[in-house]
Amino acid sequence: MACFLVPTGEAIVTTVLTKAFKAKEKAEIEPSNEEISEKVSSKIPFSKKLTWLNNMLWGGSALLAFEHVWHGEVVPWFPFLTAMEDPNEATAMLHEMSTVGVSMAVLVTVVWGIMALASDIIMKGESFKKIKQ
Amino acid sequence: MTLLITVFAACVATIVWYKVAPDDRMGTGFLALMYWGASLMWLCDAIFEYKELGAAFFTPAVDDMINDIFLGFSVIALGLIIWLVRLMVKDPEGKLKQNLSK
Repeated sequence: MACFLVPTGEAIVTTVLTKAFKAKEKAEIEPSNEEISEKVSSKIPFSKKLTWLNNMLWGGSALLAFEHVWHGEVVPWFPFLTAMEDPNEATAMLHEMSTVGVSMAVLVTVVWGIMALASDIIMKGESFKKIKQ
Repeated sequence: MTLLITVFAACVATIVWYKVAPDDRMGTGFLALMYWGASLMWLCDAIFEYKELGAAFFTPAVDDMINDIFLGFSVIALGLIIWLVRLMVKDPEGKLKQNLSK
């Protein structure tokens, strides 16, 4: 019905967070502190990891929104969601958003968390290899 | 069926990304992540549907299956269009600018 709105909401939040983290990381590198720049170069910036999550959330939401248009659940005129025209359907829609929609957002975030963790482990392994050499 | 088609598209995009990595100027990583995001969301949808329908979930009506296949391919096409538009806007190799300034 409108489950894709939950990951879309999360995508808006993570996009804002990515911008904030990018600005913070840029400010940290600027003082040309060798120690910091070394630390940054051996680690994937958090803003880059957040970009992966943004791509998954925005991309997934866009394709799911298209599916909802396909099924006639989203229309190009007000109120845009056909379920909003009937109070009973609106309740069902909110229930679906709180169950399916939230689960979607959680699943994507968990998978992203595993990806970020795995990339950190790989990068750590690479750093150890460089030190050994 | 839509889920299955999107998963296949995500796998193909990931293989292409791996083949060109680390030089991903074409943004195939973005395409792969977009398809994986949609696949995960549809997986969630499928789990809830399975919880509701049980084994009947795996034996859909022919009409529904054809509609789902049609939808699946349309979703792949839309994903590719989004990726192409992003590629043209970013124009990482400057080919579009070169062509336009000719």
